[in-house]
Amino acid sequence: MSIRKRPNIFRGINVERLLDLIPILIALFAAFIVASFLLIALDANPITAFSAMFEGAFGSQNATAETLVKATPILFVAIGITIAFRGGVINIGGEGQMIAGALGAITVTLMIGESLNWLVIPLALFAGFIAGGIYGGIAGFLKAYFDVNEILSTIMLNQIAVQLMNFLLNGPLLDPESGGFNNIPKTARISEVAQLPRLAIFDFFSRTRLHYGLIIAIIIAIIIYVLLWRTTIGYRIRAVGLNQRASRYAGINVERQIVLSMFLAGGMAGLAGAVQVLGLNYRLQTDGSPAGFTANAGFNGIVAALFGGLNPLGAIPASTFFGALLVGAQKMQREVGVPASMITAINGLIVVFVVSSQIFILRRTRRRVGEAIGQMDDNHTEKLKEGEN
Amino acid sequence: MAETVLTNKRRIELLEMRGIVKRFPGVLACDQIDFTVKSGEVHTLLGENGAGKSTLMKMLYGLYQPDEGEIRINGKVASIRSPQEAIQSGIGMIHQHFMFVPSLTVAENVALGLKTSFGSMLDLKEISKGLSALSDRYNLKIDPDIPIWQLAVGEQQRVEILRAIYKGADLLILDEPTAVLTPQEVDDLFRILNQMRQDGHALIFISHKLHEVLAISNRITVLRDGAQVGMIDVEEATKQNLAEMMVGRPVVLQYDIPPLERGSVRLELNQVSARSNRGNLGLNDVSLSVYGGEIVGVAGVSGNGQQELAQVIAGLRPIEAGTITVNGQNISGKSPEKMNSLGVSYIPEERMVDGVIKEFTVAENLILQDHWREPFANNGLMLNFNVIQDACRQAIKDYEIKTPSTETPIKSLSGGNIQKLVLARELARNPQVLIAAQPTRGVDIGASEYIHQRILAERETGTAILLISEDLDEIRALSDRIIVMFEGRIVGIVERKDVNIQALGAMMAGVH
Ligand SMILES: Nc1ncnc2c1ncn2[C@@H]1O[C@H](COP(=O)(O)OP(=O)(O)O)[C@@H](O)[C@H]1O
Ligand SMILES: [Mg+2]
Repeated sequence: MSIRKRPNIFRGINVERLLDLIPILIALFAAFIVASFLLIALDANPITAFSAMFEGAFGSQNATAETLVKATPILFVAIGITIAFRGGVINIGGEGQMIAGALGAITVTLMIGESLNWLVIPLALFAGFIAGGIYGGIAGFLKAYFDVNEILSTIMLNQIAVQLMNFLLNGPLLDPESGGFNNIPKTARISEVAQLPRLAIFDFFSRTRLHYGLIIAIIIAIIIYVLLWRTTIGYRIRAVGLNQRASRYAGINVERQIVLSMFLAGGMAGLAGAVQVLGLNYRLQTDGSPAGFTANAGFNGIVAALFGGLNPLGAIPASTFFGALLVGAQKMQREVGVPASMITAINGLIVVFVVSSQIFILRRTRRRVGEAIGQMDDNHTEKLKEGEN
Repeated sequence: MAETVLTNKRRIELLEMRGIVKRFPGVLACDQIDFTVKSGEVHTLLGENGAGKSTLMKMLYGLYQPDEGEIRINGKVASIRSPQEAIQSGIGMIHQHFMFVPSLTVAENVALGLKTSFGSMLDLKEISKGLSALSDRYNLKIDPDIPIWQLAVGEQQRVEILRAIYKGADLLILDEPTAVLTPQEVDDLFRILNQMRQDGHALIFISHKLHEVLAISNRITVLRDGAQVGMIDVEEATKQNLAEMMVGRPVVLQYDIPPLERGSVRLELNQVSARSNRGNLGLNDVSLSVYGGEIVGVAGVSGNGQQELAQVIAGLRPIEAGTITVNGQNISGKSPEKMNSLGVSYIPEERMVDGVIKEFTVAENLILQDHWREPFANNGLMLNFNVIQDACRQAIKDYEIKTPSTETPIKSLSGGNIQKLVLARELARNPQVLIAAQPTRGVDIGASEYIHQRILAERETGTAILLISEDLDEIRALSDRIIVMFEGRIVGIVERKDVNIQALGAMMAGVH
């Protein structure tokens, strides 16, 4: 054991941490076992059911593409939730922030039209980020300066966002060519220059709905990873998230960090909304419920963030997993005839098992460190001193 | 039950632990320990943190099973497989953390633990009566009918003792009982222990505070890293030889302090008042100057304004009135960050809450205030990992911090090593003014000595140092001047040469 220099681009990823994946995999396995019993109780063959699920999620290029399409907004939200959690704020407002972001993006897109050519895409994404960020920032501001519980405020802001969306889509933003109030409320279709291109890798995924939003999300995951662990901004966010008193002692403006984490978290969810508009639907439309637009990505992102170990890079596989679960569920439902709520149940099981396994990992880490210190003796400290040159 | 307890005939005349070995994964916690205790004596277990004291006692109390060795009571081999069996054999243990239902009365809490009673009215009256009798006998001053939540920590500890005696403990293990007590409460505890000793109880006292050990023990067994270093009678024991046995090398308890070379005034408080968290004037009209190259000790029972004093200087607490100047510059009401850049370093009293972020690594904690400054960060944005790592390795080397790596979460280090890191960080700034609040509380003797040497070295470089401590020995060993605080005011100032311990004690108690 030595104090070693670690070439750390990806600080925090090493073999020991990879070993930590094992309990997660065991937890997943256990969740599927319990789910199997539920399926048997419903007179379905679990093997058939799960293979149908896997088929549905990854069985073809199109299935895989759909999985990734579903995973994209979840990933954005999960990155944002990760930032908030690290900053000690619990953000339940992903849904509302997604809507705010989508509204920001569509407004800017429709206003610009075709006049700026491809520049419209970065501008729209930026608008989505800012709109979502401000929406999240409100909750952060209320928490930091007026001690308003962020769980309550974000839930209420979700409601407000839905009402705002319904109002705008039935009025100012209503598609002038649409049939009016009887139809699904929706905006006009965005122009072709504003649409995120489809993502085809050589021949792969051509003729699917997969779009560049996924790439953007992955790049952002990496950026946020760097932000959190390689910059002073991330240092302050994490410091405040762990210990406000020590942060104050260190001269950090705690209130500002809380607003900032919520702004960034909202901004990420805002991007999720913007990307749904620019890459998938090419317009904003809703059936009047929040899930009508977000497909619950604002909530699924919370689970994916936890599942990804509150690490933006971990959120990538975690979101893919939940995308697969959602897409595969439809196939399973069709093939085996179990209710779709079964998927919600499996979701819940996974959360319970994974959270338990996280506790296990925590204990293991503690023990590991304890042993390392136990093995140390004064000789070791001596060696340390000599081995420095 | 109470009648049997009030006789002088004790069930445990002699308890012997022979060749006790206990291993934990990767740690040999107890290695061939022999330990005996007789009726009517206090046998102390002395050793630094992690020496194996608690582990040894937990085996006696049935919480752990020894891997090797045997326990004999009055010469007969006894197997103690659970705390219930320990209690049946007449062994009681007072842990550091008390186990009570706060809303219930003392008597009800005692009743809860008794197998025979289900807390019926009749039983409770009996218990209450028995407890009163015992309380009187041992001068515990506990009213059995008062709810636990109304009691102070020291009183709760006496309830634990009362409960153990009531359950028939003839041998009582006290695991670091003084750690949670004020000096006054320690005196009370010792009076109780003396009474119990006279009554023929066998007592095992655990501590790492030398003056306490010398005050209460008949015999002292010293453990170090799981091994038995030696056993001596109190008559042969001195602070010096005990400290050496504990640490395993000669330890300096009396420092050679070079004569005072006073520089200019570095820190000045002029009629400063500030509110405490409770809203009253925790700091009341305090005026004070600290000169370069001088250590001013602040003595006092904790809670008399010392914390507020440190916090106003560090910029962590707003002041109500008065001015604070550093090097002649008025800094009243400035932010902690501003104080830092003016060269004020603060070693906070509650190091685990204020001084470090437990979950952060050793390296991350080293840059707490300066994380955004050159050279730790480029342009205030990108953290410069190689520089941070190098600085951390240097600090580990210079300050002899025991840690597996720079990337270890700091909470898994011992208190002494954490404090050394805080010290390394605060001194790296080359401070003009250093405020050290309880710098060695909960820290091993070895590390304490090291920290003291560092503070003295800082004095040599001309820093103005305010040393706040409840430990009078520490204050006396280091300070050029001592001020005594009582109820938010300075009630006395004493020069090093005029120190009189009785007078200090009286001032601390508010008698002046
Ligand atoms: N339950 C346990 N599991 C593993 N190691 C332990 C356990 N309890 C104590 N230890 C280790 O045994 C050694 C002695 O600890 P302890 O008896 O608590 O010391 P002390 O009470 O003298 O401070 C330490 O190295 C400690 O880390
Ligand atoms: Mg102990």
